Amino acid sequence: MSVKDRVIAIIAEQAVLDVADVTMDSTLESLGIDSLGLVESIFAIEEAFDVSVPFNANDPSQSDFDISSVASIVAAVEKLVADQHA
Amino acid sequence: MKRVVITGAGTVNALAQDVPGTLAAMREGRCGIGPLDIRDRERLSISIGGQVRGWEVEAHFNRQQIALYDRFTQFTLHAAREAITQSGLVFDDQLSLTSGVVLGTAGGGVNTWDENYRAVYEDGKNRVHPFVVPKLMNNAAASHVSMEWNLRGPTFTVATACASSNHAMGLAFQMVRSGAATAMVTGGSEAMLCFGGIKAWEGLRVMSRTACRPFSMTRDGMVQGEGAGVYVFEDYDHARARGAHILAEVAGFAMSSDAGDIVMPSAQGAERAISGALRDAGLNPSDVGYINAHGTGTAANDKTECAAVAHAFGPHADRLMISSTKSMHGHCIGGTGAVELLACLMALNEGVIAPTIGYEEPDPECALDVVPNVARTARVDAVLSNAFAFGGLNAVIALRRI
Repeated sequence: MSVKDRVIAIIAEQAVLDVADVTMDSTLESLGIDSLGLVESIFAIEEAFDVSVPFNANDPSQSDFDISSVASIVAAVEKLVADQHA
Repeated sequence: MKRVVITGAGTVNALAQDVPGTLAAMREGRCGIGPLDIRDRERLSISIGGQVRGWEVEAHFNRQQIALYDRFTQFTLHAAREAITQSGLVFDDQLSLTSGVVLGTAGGGVNTWDENYRAVYEDGKNRVHPFVVPKLMNNAAASHVSMEWNLRGPTFTVATACASSNHAMGLAFQMVRSGAATAMVTGGSEAMLCFGGIKAWEGLRVMSRTACRPFSMTRDGMVQGEGAGVYVFEDYDHARARGAHILAEVAGFAMSSDAGDIVMPSAQGAERAISGALRDAGLNPSDVGYINAHGTGTAANDKTECAAVAHAFGPHADRLMISSTKSMHGHCIGGTGAVELLACLMALNEGVIAPTIGYEEPDPECALDVVPNVARTARVDAVLSNAFAFGGLNAVIALRRI
């Protein structure tokens, strides 16, 4: 399974949606994921990929981890995974 | 209804191990937050805290006591001794029967849990010390204060996360006011600066790695502290009859529940507690000169709290001062309201308003006079102390000069 598919599966589970309903241009808000759901998703991503996500709930926009859409989250995780293997 | 006054105060926190030292630090705007000195700190991503340093447990307690007292109990007993000694009360005969203890803590003996989980899970031991349960239970501190000082009336512990000690002090106030008790030893304590205690908070992603900067645009989270604040609340007539030195009147108290979210605060819930405390105290908004804020330094709390104060006080919100001493001693969780009440006593008795240190840049969503960085002198006659807990539980205390 690709990084993209695994991230989408994590987000879909958090949103209690079918993976088919999570598109790359979805936002967490449009999927009904609140701040606590976001923190839980990030935890699930860290556990799944064995990475450390730089994210501070006090200021998500200033974090190095872009959560503005599913696509941006996938891209950020792909980078973290690549950096880890670099 | 009885009037209720404070006749003793005591504390241990990152700034000092007594009240005079703590007030001196608050006047100077000194920061007690620094690098954490705990086991396995290299496995934590958060490396700072408001830790009590130079705590010489052997200087305060004997070997049998140390075996029985978790760190949160040690802090409590030390602070209680300072408060009760200052009050001059001797709890014998009838006074002993009508005086009790209500204390707040969120986690109780967290260090004891941590150490003994290590022993059985990490070290693989199959036996733990016989006192683990009496050490870690949340009411251990209240019970030991009761035993040490012969307080035989209503005694229990309140747990409402970061509002625990405000709820405890509010209940103690109500018991003295109603005549159910003559004097109550009250406040709260927390000691969760251990590996598990910090690791749990890291998970929420609300902690700052650098500093606690309440109300500043540049704030990036809370910093954990530890410590205790303990007071003697006493029937005013009883205190006056014995010529006691009175530190302040506890004028009112109110609590509310957001009934909303388990972590996100609500301005409406906070506002109801603030307005309720004013009503309970018979104060007009314009009577209040200073508010000790909950002021955690998180994005969510600080803007919500400022909105609540603005709504509750109307135009007077721009004329009062509001500061967060968490910037200096960190967030003492279940003990924090009790440690912070010291800043309220200093405002009433010395006319010195403790500053919000670490303040760098104004935030339009926190557009109140937050007494940035430097203490201020001002005469104030009535003050509030806010506490807003995870779980949406709010508790606000009003004090008045007497």
